[in-house]
Amino acid sequence: MLREVIYCGICSYPPEYCEFSGKLKRCKVWLSENHADLYAKLYGTDDNTQEVEAVTNKLAESSIGEAREEKLEKDLLKIQKKQENREQRELAKKLSSKVIIKREARTKRKFIVAISGLEVFDIDMKKLAKTFASRFATGCSVSKNAEKKEEVVIQGDVMDEVETYIHSLLEEKGLKDVKVETIDAKKKKKPAAEGAAK
Amino acid sequence: MFKKFTREDVHSRSKVKSSIQRTLKAKLVKQYPKIEDAIDELIPKKSQIELIKCEDKIQLYSVDGEVLFFQKFDELIPSLKLVHKFPEAYPTVQVDRGAIKFVLSGANIMCPGLTSAGADLPPAPGYEKGTIVVINAENKENALAIGELMMGTEEIKSVNKGHSIELIHHLGDPLWNFSVE
Repeated sequence: MLREVIYCGICSYPPEYCEFSGKLKRCKVWLSENHADLYAKLYGTDDNTQEVEAVTNKLAESSIGEAREEKLEKDLLKIQKKQENREQRELAKKLSSKVIIKREARTKRKFIVAISGLEVFDIDMKKLAKTFASRFATGCSVSKNAEKKEEVVIQGDVMDEVETYIHSLLEEKGLKDVKVETIDAKKKKKPAAEGAAK
Repeated sequence: MFKKFTREDVHSRSKVKSSIQRTLKAKLVKQYPKIEDAIDELIPKKSQIELIKCEDKIQLYSVDGEVLFFQKFDELIPSLKLVHKFPEAYPTVQVDRGAIKFVLSGANIMCPGLTSAGADLPPAPGYEKGTIVVINAENKENALAIGELMMGTEEIKSVNKGHSIELIHHLGDPLWNFSVE
């Protein structure tokens, strides 16, 4: 009785509205991978001839007239381009930024690990703090650091584990090339930075 | 209504008592009689409705982590996810292709978008001013927005100028992207 509506994995709209989302290219790829039948119905098959046919069909179906349709199409292209540019910029920003994992000594044998620079990657800091807390059985919270930026602070010496976890997290997001820098602020107050690539 | 809506606007979340759940369902059926056939599938008897109170006295009702309907004053308004699942139950209008772009960015719907060749309004007597309508688009299967009529459908046909539907909820707005978790 109920209808199951498929939503696009990229823009979250029902696929027929993908053309208005400005992410059409990626939407198309997603749809052809996940719901080939729907893809064929909406965009025709891969051949050029059929694509042309689909376009003419669309024109015939549409009532707003060729001129307006053309204008609409142009506007949509513009939106798409804007969106693409924005995404590219964001990606570049993501790639150029880096995650910093810092170990600081507190008293004798106690350390805290602070992770900053995550906010660029759409990671829910609070959730991450919660996972760390349950994973390492330590206290873990989100706080603001000296530069007024949010960082995750973990009580305990768990730097290596955190590093591997962050790597896997970034890999999941498809951002393998993001730099993760670890800083070990020893008690001597002479930060020995290990330049960790990748 | 949902131009700006983030998690910070959520004030409280609580589970709805089963007795209130029953009255809610009855109210929903009363407002949209045709929904009766599907109501038990949409909101199974055993399910737990969650009430999410938000800024500006907006109340969202969710089942299984999905916002199904919401309420500002007295009227229950279905969310688009609910509409997509069972579209037959609501008063529906159709806009032409040229309007989709604007509707998806949250604009109110103008009369000409409802009266042109690709659009569709119900025949007389139509709907009265203030009705919550589901907005469909030309050649599309699924609804793209929900709005409130600012004038009766007959009036729209005769005046054919200016704002006709105030948009409440559309594809891609913060409520659409809102996840309960």
